[in-house]
Amino acid sequence: MTTDTYQAVQASNINKRSTRWAEFLIQSGLGLCALVSIITTIAIIIILGKEGFSFFQHVSPAEFFLGTRWVPLLEPQSFGVLPLVWGTLLVTFGAAVIAIPIGLASAIYLSEYASDRVRSIVKPILELLAGIPTVVYGFFALTFITPLLKGIFPDIQVFNALSGAIVVGIMVLPMIATLSDNALSAVPQTLRQGAYALGATSYEVTTQVVVPAGLSGVMASFLLAISRAIGETMAVTLAAGATPNISLTFFESIQTMTAYIVQISLGDAPAGGIAYQTLFVVAGLLFVITLILNVLSQKILMRYQEVYD
Amino acid sequence: MNSTPNEQVPLADNSIIDLQEVSIFYSGKIAVDKVSFPIAKNKITSIIGPSGCGKSTLLRSLNRMNDFIPGVTVDGMVTYGGQNLHGSEVDPVEVRRCIGMVFQKPNPFPKSIYKNVAWGPGINGYKDSMDELVEQSLRQAALWEEVKDRLHESALSLSGGQQQRLCIARALAMAPDVLLMDEPCSALDPISTAHIEDLLFELKSRYTIVIVTHNMQQAARISDHTAFLETGKLIEFGVTDQIFTRPQNQRTEEYVTGRFG
Repeated sequence: MTTDTYQAVQASNINKRSTRWAEFLIQSGLGLCALVSIITTIAIIIILGKEGFSFFQHVSPAEFFLGTRWVPLLEPQSFGVLPLVWGTLLVTFGAAVIAIPIGLASAIYLSEYASDRVRSIVKPILELLAGIPTVVYGFFALTFITPLLKGIFPDIQVFNALSGAIVVGIMVLPMIATLSDNALSAVPQTLRQGAYALGATSYEVTTQVVVPAGLSGVMASFLLAISRAIGETMAVTLAAGATPNISLTFFESIQTMTAYIVQISLGDAPAGGIAYQTLFVVAGLLFVITLILNVLSQKILMRYQEVYD
Repeated sequence: MNSTPNEQVPLADNSIIDLQEVSIFYSGKIAVDKVSFPIAKNKITSIIGPSGCGKSTLLRSLNRMNDFIPGVTVDGMVTYGGQNLHGSEVDPVEVRRCIGMVFQKPNPFPKSIYKNVAWGPGINGYKDSMDELVEQSLRQAALWEEVKDRLHESALSLSGGQQQRLCIARALAMAPDVLLMDEPCSALDPISTAHIEDLLFELKSRYTIVIVTHNMQQAARISDHTAFLETGKLIEFGVTDQIFTRPQNQRTEEYVTGRFG
């Protein structure tokens, strides 16, 4: 088409002739797809809220949040959620103690020390680790980590919090390593050069300039990993067992909030009863905790993006 | 210029750094080709030339900053205090403590103004009063009056020109022998540029300055000696007045009169 004819077409064609149906259909289709996840989230919140509400008509919030016995299925029933929260905290804390230092160290190695070649091999492997189904990790804990621990601590129970913490730590480690690596790699090269030009060693540049500069991204990765550890289900159910227990050691079987949900979902409680409603109220608590952590990490990340534009 | 250098004075007298047949390669590709010239103590030496002529690369070889670019190799000698800076026994960290650098874009650390200045001396075990050193360095960089009431605010809250003077203060706090400047005014407005040029005059009595610049008027205004590079080769080196008024080489004349580049 020559320029002349093209311009002629343009000039005669500026009036709206018909609705562009294909355009409209595509737009609506895409919008609907986006709506699916929003509707799902809203539905989850409604169901959790409704069942939780009727639960709290039978059990006082004080008993639920402050009680120290969780016996929902046997008489006499008791609905103190603290043992489950404690189990979750124990596993999450142990996992964080393992995953945060190793994850941050891996991130520092990858972004500051590793050659491009090493990086190109290690990063995909880390991302591969993140894709392994969690039930496989649970099995790994039960059949490998626990026997290993038994060799070191003969008193340890078959199901124990330590094994759960270790395996969850291993699971969230790649997340911390890759997200922190991204945060550190985003620190401008000119900052490193400025520091080196003052006669700093690599170690000084890394610990005193690069990590502080990327700190908000690093912190966000910690929070996301902790939120993931709190929500982790299959691995802890398999490794740490199903005994609601405010245990002060890592060597006993405990039950996390998620593990409890698995137990009930497998059919231990008749639908409609109060035991069944506990499912929703525990899930609701879990939802709120992870939501807060995720929002917090988003906030931190946003602050960090403002600094380096 | 208080001590206009005289072209009769041999340039190699009291040089602090000597470049001898310096060649620099990026993964085998030549970027700087057998460049030799001296850098005189307590003078400002400018390196000029068209984009991509290797002037920044050459500057970075004076304090081993090329070490951070993969694939860079340096041939020839850069002698400083009788030693080849690129010798295997030389510790680049120590080199950079003596030969400081200010970069093209201001790159203050995302820390407070005070900490930006104190950081370098701190990691190098400076023992005397840090407050005094910070004040003295900021005064030398002509920034003290503007920031003395907000030393603990983030350095990122400063304007571009102030940030660049902070980077100069940061480098001066190390009490370097030589200060390398890689187009330090290219990201700044004319007023900030004038501030920094005035500053360089002041600093000359205490420091040796090597400045890479795109701006020929700047080189003519501030420097004592000028090296003109083209495609990695040193075309001409001499006293600045001579380079700009009576260049020996025709390419130099064409460049400084603005016929190319």
